[in-house]
Amino acid sequence: MRIWLEKQRHLIDFTLASLARRKTKNIGLLLAYTLLVFVLASLTLFTQALRTEATFVLAGSPEVILQRMVAGRHDLIPPGYLDKIGRIRGVQKTEGRLWGYYYDPVVKANYTFMARPAEEIADGHIMVGNALARERGLALHNTISFRSYAGKLFSFEVSGVLSPDSELLSADLVLLSENDFRKFFEYPAGHYTDIALSVANPQEVRTVAAKLSSALPDSRPILREEVLRTYQSVFDWREGIVLTVLAGAILAFAILAWEKASGLSAEEKREIGILKAIGWETGDVIRMKTWEGLLISLTAFLLGFIAAYVHVFHFGAAVFEPVLKGWSVLYPKFTLVPAVDGLQIATLFFFTVFPYTAAVLVPIWRAAITDPDAVMR
Amino acid sequence: MLFQPAIIALLMAAGVAVLMLLAAAPFAVQVIRHWDIASGSERQLALERRTYLFSTLLSFVMLVQLAALLLFVFNADRLSVMFVGAMCAVGTLNVNDYGFPSLIAQMAIFFLAAMWLAINHVDTQARDYPLVRIKYGLLLLLLPLLAGSFWLEFQYFSGLKANVITSCCGSLFSGEAKTIAAEASGLEPLPAIWLFYGAMIAAIGVALWHWRRGGRTSGYLLALASAGAFIAAITGVLSFISLYIYEHPHHHCPFCILKPEYDYLGYWLYVPLFVATAAGLGAGAVQPFAGVPSLAKIIPFISRRFSGLTVAGYILFTALATGFVLTSNLILIEH
Repeated sequence: MRIWLEKQRHLIDFTLASLARRKTKNIGLLLAYTLLVFVLASLTLFTQALRTEATFVLAGSPEVILQRMVAGRHDLIPPGYLDKIGRIRGVQKTEGRLWGYYYDPVVKANYTFMARPAEEIADGHIMVGNALARERGLALHNTISFRSYAGKLFSFEVSGVLSPDSELLSADLVLLSENDFRKFFEYPAGHYTDIALSVANPQEVRTVAAKLSSALPDSRPILREEVLRTYQSVFDWREGIVLTVLAGAILAFAILAWEKASGLSAEEKREIGILKAIGWETGDVIRMKTWEGLLISLTAFLLGFIAAYVHVFHFGAAVFEPVLKGWSVLYPKFTLVPAVDGLQIATLFFFTVFPYTAAVLVPIWRAAITDPDAVMR
Repeated sequence: MLFQPAIIALLMAAGVAVLMLLAAAPFAVQVIRHWDIASGSERQLALERRTYLFSTLLSFVMLVQLAALLLFVFNADRLSVMFVGAMCAVGTLNVNDYGFPSLIAQMAIFFLAAMWLAINHVDTQARDYPLVRIKYGLLLLLLPLLAGSFWLEFQYFSGLKANVITSCCGSLFSGEAKTIAAEASGLEPLPAIWLFYGAMIAAIGVALWHWRRGGRTSGYLLALASAGAFIAAITGVLSFISLYIYEHPHHHCPFCILKPEYDYLGYWLYVPLFVATAAGLGAGAVQPFAGVPSLAKIIPFISRRFSGLTVAGYILFTALATGFVLTSNLILIEH
């Protein structure tokens, strides 16, 4: 065992020295390799971070949301509907929610208006999200007027700007009292937009949903886990699309690696010829070349991955943002929570090191079978 | 079909592996027909040179297979959030009929690849490459298996359809949704414990015997005992080890122990188990050739090394499993 280790150590030593002798060629390859890893790693790190963010955000949302459907469209919850649900075992809290969208022609964006109970917000007051406050230049105790859909003008005093930490959720949010909400939208009394149910035990969520849909056939329960799953597959899908687009780049890189590995200079050929003349076997040359590939791969992987980490978590993934993040007028500003995942690294390794190794195998062998007499002549 | 990076990577790896073996197949036929180490003809020289290429290529393919097996399970576990009712890899693999066959095929290829690599290793140690024909013959046998595994994997992944919100709202509660019907039900704990420790002690004993004494009989027995120990170990994990780890008397899952909630304990169990079994099978696989003159010294030496690995792996596995059972708060068997 010790002899074997010693041998590998000397091989690595020799390989490093021979790599250093051909700096320009190897640095070119290393740069291309690092760039490829960087692009792919930025992509996976960014989508992973978005996925984590979605999970965090949804952790606080109700387990089940019940919407009423009329002719397949979302409709208001009529009075008495909440009582019809009655008591379902496992449901901790049932709450009718009031919310709606409001188009503001000033910034050409939609706001989400949501009613909160009177103890949180007094009539005539609103709380606004951070992105909205930024766009409209609002500060505490300012007054703002909205023209309602009925054409009447309503003035509100800003009694709070929501914390920037929650911006991902509250970018376009306007919180107001229930009375104001009903007056502003002329919402029919006793009606609600939808119903939120909290279920303590995650295993019971599906049973609760099944009971709901049998008790109220005109309703549609939406589970938190479904929303989460949809987010997961949307991000997976986007990542997969970008990856497919980048498949060309991976292929091009494999061709480059093949070219670099097979285009042996006369000097390199002579070197291998001399090695074989002084007693190296074909297997030894293959081993040396394998070490060469491994060293280049690992260096490029490490450099590319670190660069991607910095790019995504310190510079907000400027390169991929437009494709992966989605778009909106009032887009929330948020910083990504650094998250590195084992599966991502393993997958990334498959996408970069695997094609490289597969591409250089044949050229390595070509180099290794060189006859000493043919090149030293 | 799920457009998921890990799935694309797995399919790519399996596809490239099949392509490489396909490229090697004509050469394998050539070797089987024309190989003659005593000849100095040009064709023989070319063949000898090419064997270097193809054994490197195949070692690469086999190593990729090993890595792909890990990635496959890892990924199945991670995908479980996408499917209604799936909590871990079992649920994901149960989504369609190709999941478990695909996993089993990959495990089989893992062990066959390990045996092939063992034969390849002893062959390259000998001066006259006595096993070249056999090696490439086996390779031709391995090719359809690899292609079959690729096909299963492709069927499995292309049949994966996530139950996303668009498909759920209407259909989810109408009885179409799949549930995990196949929660692996293991043996009663007490016979399982006897079986488990019996098989482990037998395998370790045989491996020790082979390590100290060598010999063909013990080599074959070692392969047999390793295969038996592997099955007993998996049965043990299903029937009692996992229960103790989860501290839950009815949770038999062999995949949940790979999850972070259980500190990735599963990897500590499975990696030594797979390595030890592969080494034991490898030691058995080289025994038929112990009679070849140029291998007479090499094979006993190498197969004893393999058996050392088997001993170490099984001892580690058994010690870890016993440790998990003893430190658990679950009482499965009352004294």
